[in-house]
Amino acid sequence: MSVLACPLPFTADEFIVLGHGSGGRLSARLMEDVFLPAFRNPALERGDDQGVFDAPAGRMAMSTDSYVVKPLFFPGGNIGELAVYGTVNDLAVGGATSKYLSVGFILEEGLPLDLLRRIVDSMSNAAQRCGVEIITGDTKVVEKSSGDQVFINTAGVGFIPNGVDYSAAHVRPGDKIVLSGSLGEHGITILTQREGLELGGELRSDAAPLHELCAAVSSAAPGLHAMRDLTRGGLSSALNEIAQRSQTGIVIDERAIPVREDVRGACELFGLDPLYVANEGKMIAFVPEAEAETAVAAMRANEYGAQARIIGQVTAKHPKMVTMRTLLGTERIVDMLAQDQLPRIC
Amino acid sequence: MEVCGGQTHTLVRYGIDGLLPAGMEMIHGPGCPVCVTPLETIDKAIALAETKGVILASYGDMLRVPGSVTDLLHVKAKGGDVRMVYSPLDALKLAKENPAREVVFFGIGFETTAPPNAAAVWQAARQGINNFSLLASHVLVPPALRALLSDPGNRVQGLIAPGHVCSIVGLDEYHKIAREFHLPIVVGGFEPVDLLEAIAMLADQLEEGRAEVENQYSRSVRMDGNPLAQLMLADVLEVCDRKWRGLGEIPLSGLKVRAKYAAWDAEAKFGLVENSVEEPKECISALILQGRKKPPECSAFGVRCTPDRPLGAPMVSSEGACAAYYQYRRYEAGRELAGGVR
Repeated sequence: MSVLACPLPFTADEFIVLGHGSGGRLSARLMEDVFLPAFRNPALERGDDQGVFDAPAGRMAMSTDSYVVKPLFFPGGNIGELAVYGTVNDLAVGGATSKYLSVGFILEEGLPLDLLRRIVDSMSNAAQRCGVEIITGDTKVVEKSSGDQVFINTAGVGFIPNGVDYSAAHVRPGDKIVLSGSLGEHGITILTQREGLELGGELRSDAAPLHELCAAVSSAAPGLHAMRDLTRGGLSSALNEIAQRSQTGIVIDERAIPVREDVRGACELFGLDPLYVANEGKMIAFVPEAEAETAVAAMRANEYGAQARIIGQVTAKHPKMVTMRTLLGTERIVDMLAQDQLPRIC
Repeated sequence: MEVCGGQTHTLVRYGIDGLLPAGMEMIHGPGCPVCVTPLETIDKAIALAETKGVILASYGDMLRVPGSVTDLLHVKAKGGDVRMVYSPLDALKLAKENPAREVVFFGIGFETTAPPNAAAVWQAARQGINNFSLLASHVLVPPALRALLSDPGNRVQGLIAPGHVCSIVGLDEYHKIAREFHLPIVVGGFEPVDLLEAIAMLADQLEEGRAEVENQYSRSVRMDGNPLAQLMLADVLEVCDRKWRGLGEIPLSGLKVRAKYAAWDAEAKFGLVENSVEEPKECISALILQGRKKPPECSAFGVRCTPDRPLGAPMVSSEGACAAYYQYRRYEAGRELAGGVR
């Protein structure tokens, strides 16, 4: 049976369609209905092709990152929060105070508009928490199956206070390495979500803004040499990068590195090493020995550094190599991974 | 000798071999499933991955092992449809979702991975999923052990049996081996304390002149193994002669798909032919897999052979002995290595 009726134009109220990325009326409506209400600020409201802001004298820092996490929402966070925190954290570990972000969305045709709203709202909350404004952006829509729901890119600009200059190149033998907390929670949360594994329900991503934690270490340890947030590749990749850039060696102590029992269990199950598993709310600081305890105390006073501790030091021996004293008291290399960590076969 | 590559990694990673008293040496066995898969079989998988309409699925490790010319990851980069999966049942799901394509699961490994691969074939047959097939290159531990232990140059005086393999097949065969070769055997786990305990148990047996099978890994291994897995295995797979990389052809040392499941056997389905190929000359993986040499004794180790540019499978696989030494202890080779790290 068919009903004769005048075909109504599809109003695209519920799903993203290709037209939302066309630059035409649907794009404008997406801006008016979704992005502007969430991100509202003077620079964005000017409606120009660029966000304009005043810059103080001195040095600025810039960073960018793209986010392709699946599932989009997971215990402890979502792709929108990650996209804000990730870029803010990258600036924060350089000693920069983040001020402005850009955001680029690549949306897959058919994405529920409601899902996009939830992501955008949580970006807005995350931005407020970090004291940053999203002052420019872009949206493209790709055909069904050409993407995976939502990809987000953010870039950020931050201002660096006078006299602050943190870099891997400044790391020196004798520096102590301070880690802000336990490893692997983000990576294992995502993996267990993907594999449909239940680990008791308490495991959450550690996704968190680290700007206050970094600022606390900065003011507590004026001799601070470098900081790094631990993301893809985990602690091991961050340490190896620093060892390479600074031409120093690094020694860490396995017993000093906190890993939650459930994360350790999941790692044993999948055949993964927590040193290589991704984090989204942890950082390390390289501090002269004399200031190390002060830095630990400053971190512990922050909610994201409550488990902070010294995990190792920089040495002139074996430049460019990271080693670890194992639980058994032996020493081994902590290597950069050749590729992704793979689950064992048997 | 520890049999399993996972045990080798724990030993090297925690430096347990270095803690042992003088006169006690660990020899690394042939138990890396990726490493013993012959080049010819990898070439077959590569040929399938390059075939139009085929989706080739396998474990991540397998994708990086070089065949005679290329590896599966490069085939994938050039447009071959190669998928990394965690389980053969994921490959079966792929077949259901892609009815117009042929999905081949490249299934390798010891008695541990054979039952799930058998289960995938069994399920495919039961559910009538006819676009799924298994390229099976399974190997059995006991025949390889017998070959190694019978060699005139054998130095093995005690054996840490592979815990996960025994959790499937049980301990029967190992009792026979202990008697045949008057060899102390301890079934061991994979954590550092497991291996320390297993080594201590072996030392006790040697000192007391016993040659028995003891079970250190009792939290996973039962005397009779896993009967359900054994039934599944026996229904779908049968024992055959098999070539091992590094060890050569060993009679009755492999598993292949039974004729009644030929419709799900990739070898039969695609009429694959085996081309004999040469191993890279400088690679001593044969000696490594037989426990005759340690990785740092290889002239290519860390110089012309690294995980980024491997000459042989033991440098690629996460269970390979060369990869273990490179990853955790390469400074012990005492030479200038690729990348400038001594």
